[in-house]
Amino acid sequence: MAAVKLYGPLASTATSRALACLLEKQVEYQLIPVDLKKGEQKKPQFLAMQPFGQVPVLQDGALTLFESRAIVRYIAEKYAAQGTIGLLGKSLAERAVIEQWMEVESQTYNPPSSFLVFQLAFAPLWGIPQNQAEIVKNEKKFSKVLDVYEKRLSESKYLGGDEFSIADLSHLPNTEYIVKATGKSELITSRKYVNAWWEDISSRDSWKKIREMSKAGNKK
Amino acid sequence: MAAIKVHGYHASTLTVMVLCCLNEKEVEYELVLVDLPTGAHKKPEYLALNPFGVVPTIQDGDLTLYESRAIIRYLAKKFQGQGTNFLGSTLSEEALVYQWCEVEGQSFNPPALSIVSQIVFVPMRGGSTDEAAVEMNVEKLEKVLDIYEERLSKSKYLAGDFFSLADLQHLPCTHYLVNACGKGDLISSRKHVNAWWEDISSRPTWKINFT
Repeated sequence: MAAVKLYGPLASTATSRALACLLEKQVEYQLIPVDLKKGEQKKPQFLAMQPFGQVPVLQDGALTLFESRAIVRYIAEKYAAQGTIGLLGKSLAERAVIEQWMEVESQTYNPPSSFLVFQLAFAPLWGIPQNQAEIVKNEKKFSKVLDVYEKRLSESKYLGGDEFSIADLSHLPNTEYIVKATGKSELITSRKYVNAWWEDISSRDSWKKIREMSKAGNKK
Repeated sequence: MAAIKVHGYHASTLTVMVLCCLNEKEVEYELVLVDLPTGAHKKPEYLALNPFGVVPTIQDGDLTLYESRAIIRYLAKKFQGQGTNFLGSTLSEEALVYQWCEVEGQSFNPPALSIVSQIVFVPMRGGSTDEAAVEMNVEKLEKVLDIYEERLSKSKYLAGDFFSLADLQHLPCTHYLVNACGKGDLISSRKHVNAWWEDISSRPTWKINFT
C-alpha cells in the first residue's frame, strides 16, 4: 500500500498535529516540505490541492484532504485497528466528549494560544512589531481557559476521559510552543493538573519523534 | 426513551442549529430555556453543565455535551440510520464533511462572527460598532467566499452532492449576516454561494424557527 503523503513544514502547528496522528496510528507516510517563506503554499500547484493556501494537505490514494483536525479524525477512523487504540473513544458517548474537547481546542484554546505563539515566538524572529496590549489581553483570556482545563483535568486523566484521545493530541503543537518558545511556560507549569497532563502527553513516542525530527531539521 | 434535553435560548442561532439538526434527524427533544438576557448562562446552575457558560448544552441520558459543532456531530453519528444523512456514504465522503466543517470553524466563522458581533451584539451590550474592524473582517470574508464560490460552482453542497453537517454549520452566522447586519450582498453577489444559501436556508427545519 502506498504511503500517504502529508504536505507541510514540520514547524507548522497544523502540520505537526496531523503528523502526530499518523505516528500514533503507525501509518506509513511521506512528509513533503512546503516552503512557506518562499510562498510555495500560494502557488497554483499547491492551491489546486488546497484553495485556501494553507498547510497541511493529506493525499491518501484518490482522496485529497485538508484542515489538520479533519485529517486527524480521518486517520483515526480509517486506521482504527492499528497503532494506538481508542483515539476516538470506545463508545458513541465517549466519542462525543472527545469531540467536545476537540471543539474546545479549536474554538477556545487555539485562538489565544496561537496569538501568543505568533507574537512572542515568531514576530521577533521575523522582525514584525509586537502588539503588547493584545498580548496582555490574550494572556488573560488563555489563563481563564486554562483554569477550566485545570478543573477538568483534576477530575479526568485526559480531556475525553481515562484514555489518551485525539482531543489531547490536538493540543500538542500549540502547547509545545507555549512552553518552549514564548517565555510564558508558567501558564502551563503553574497549574498542577494541566502540567501533569502536559508532561504525560508530550512524552508519548509520537511527540518525542516529532521533537527529534524538529531538532534534526534545525541542524541543516 | 426520554427525550433529549437542549439547554438553550430560542433566539440563539447556535441553539436553533441544534434544534434544526434534531428535526432533520427526526429525534424528539425538549427545549429547556436558558434566559440569556438575565445572565442565566453565567449562573452556577448552568456552569455546572457547561463551565464555559455558553449555549447550547444537551443532555442525552447520562451524557452532558456542549459545543454546538460537537453536538451535531454526535447526533449525526448516533442517529445515522434515520432522517437526513449528514455524513455521506463512505469514509472519504465523511472526511470531506469534516474538512468543510473545519473550514467553517477556522476560516469562515472568525471573520463572520466578528462582523455579527460588532454590528449586532456590541450595540446590544451598550457599546458602539468598530467600523474599521467590520471593514477588515468583510475583506477577509470576501476572500473566503470567493473560494466557496469556486467550490460551489463544482459541487452542489460543500462536501459533495449531499446536504451535510458542513452546510448546516453555516446557517447560524450567515443568517445573522444576511438578516441582521445588512451584509446580504456578500452572499447575493456570488451566483453559486447565493444558490447554495437560498437552498439551505429554505429547508423547513431551519425556516420554521424564524416565522
